[in-house]
Amino acid sequence: MRPPDAPPVRDLAVVGGGPAGMAAAVEASRAGLSVVLIDAAARLGGQYFRHAPPGFHARRPGALHHGFTRFTRLAEALGGAEEVELRLGHRVWAVEKVAAHVGDGTPVGAGDAGTPARTAEDGVVAVHCLAGARDERRETVLARRLLIATGAHDRPLPFPGWDLPGVFTAGGAQALLKGDLVVAGRRVVVAGTGPFLLPVAAGLAAAGADVAGVFEANGLFGAGLAMITHPGKLAQGAGYGLRLARHRVPLAGRHAVIAAHGRDELTHVTVARLDRHWVPGPSRVIECDALAVGYGFVPQIELATQLGCATHADRDGSPVVTVDAGMRTSVPGVYAAGEPTGVGGADPAEAEGRIAGLAVAADLGRPVAPVHRLRRKRARLAAFGGALQDAYPVREGWKGWLRDDTLICRCEEVPYARIKEARALGAVDARSLKLLARPGMGWCQGRMCGYAVACLAGEAQQAPRRPIAQPVRLGDLAGHPEGEDPR
Amino acid sequence: MTTSPHPGQPGTTAAPETGPPHAGRLVGARPEPGFEITVDGRPVTAVPGQTVGAVLYANGIRSWRTTRFGGRPRGLFCGIGVCFDCLITVNGEASLRACQIEALPGDEVTTG
Repeated sequence: MRPPDAPPVRDLAVVGGGPAGMAAAVEASRAGLSVVLIDAAARLGGQYFRHAPPGFHARRPGALHHGFTRFTRLAEALGGAEEVELRLGHRVWAVEKVAAHVGDGTPVGAGDAGTPARTAEDGVVAVHCLAGARDERRETVLARRLLIATGAHDRPLPFPGWDLPGVFTAGGAQALLKGDLVVAGRRVVVAGTGPFLLPVAAGLAAAGADVAGVFEANGLFGAGLAMITHPGKLAQGAGYGLRLARHRVPLAGRHAVIAAHGRDELTHVTVARLDRHWVPGPSRVIECDALAVGYGFVPQIELATQLGCATHADRDGSPVVTVDAGMRTSVPGVYAAGEPTGVGGADPAEAEGRIAGLAVAADLGRPVAPVHRLRRKRARLAAFGGALQDAYPVREGWKGWLRDDTLICRCEEVPYARIKEARALGAVDARSLKLLARPGMGWCQGRMCGYAVACLAGEAQQAPRRPIAQPVRLGDLAGHPEGEDPR
Repeated sequence: MTTSPHPGQPGTTAAPETGPPHAGRLVGARPEPGFEITVDGRPVTAVPGQTVGAVLYANGIRSWRTTRFGGRPRGLFCGIGVCFDCLITVNGEASLRACQIEALPGDEVTTG
């Protein structure tokens, strides 16, 4: 018997309301499962389909997106599904498997208060959330199966001046534009590596920014061969190229922003020509009030590592969650889809979400159609994503852009000099660097500097070890339902 | 020439020289009437649903805190709630992520 105030146990909890999570929720609910879809944002869509709030009444909400109709179809399918409960504005800080105590009424979970007794024939996953933006309250969602569809965030590289206001990650400038319709600056430089730079620059230019240049650190046509086998992607890339040409935006390969300048805000950047190892050559200065810079993406896998899911290194060295053909992780009852299984973008993410939703349904004994076509599609799209990772690597030469006073860790304000000192003291891996010099010990928990610190330590990227995925008040951690604020 | 006090906000007719451009026209926005919030006592306009960080940026405010050690200015960076650079105080509550929290009528933002 469950206590009357106990939250219900859903068949499936999906964490992440982007293409993967939405697609999974649609498929699982169509198969008859009860689904709860959890996302930190106020609106569905994740980063890719981030869009303006309803208060704007946009007549062309997809003008800043590629394939926005796919989002509207998924959102309509979810809106019509009574079996799907949306929990937006919910930040997940921990997930755990809770043992099944059949009928004995023993409370289980992170804290005694608020977590009810469970009865289930197999384990239940408890998803611990902080709900609400300002008046945070703790909520726990219970489900028989968990899908991790938490996407990715930008992978920045440090360089002199990257902490100046006006410097954005590429995704950050894109989020401000798509989510709030605000342009990052009047004159904007876009730099880094990877195909994502093109839609960012095209969006900014279309919205009226003077895009002073797009600087791709690798070759401009690095993905040429892969593109030939994916005509849709070729057309998409050519479309961005045309739009940039129409706005007279200069595009340059083998160039990078190696320094940002300004007293209290960004006023100009130094752009250098790079050799094939990214060692800078001749440089010039470009005036701008915003810079959007990104060197790929970091899959967000900490919920998977909290549960002990096996990981492996992706083609670019990023730790990703290991899954089987049904997107099952190594932990029974836990699935992963989208960027956490390997960065590939919205298309493979949606396919993986569908596969995962159907696999969960099948595993819970629901009849579902075979997914051979979806699996072939996923394999094709994932291969393309892998080819892009190969075509847009991060080369060693970026370390030569650093100066002694360049911040490596923005949160703890750790300059490069202190990283070098720590190395001289014998810190030869990211963990000892962190203990000696404190990079990664601040608010972001190494999400921004982790990649760089591992590179500077000369170490492979390690899977995150974050027992808590979001900052949480001590009171919430201790399990008080009201959560005393220690600040 | 009339100068809008809120040049970068979609839905305001701004003199283009006075602030960052916006994407309101691009998506065919017909925004609901804006509301005011204050930044260190100075009123700025928000469109319903915008984040505090976006409202500040649209109104030409690009940094709102200083770092603990170097005293350096910080504003938006990752824009998606990951980097915590954009921490801000709203109605006396400190350490909120400006890129994540929605602006509400009458909000009092303090920088520093």
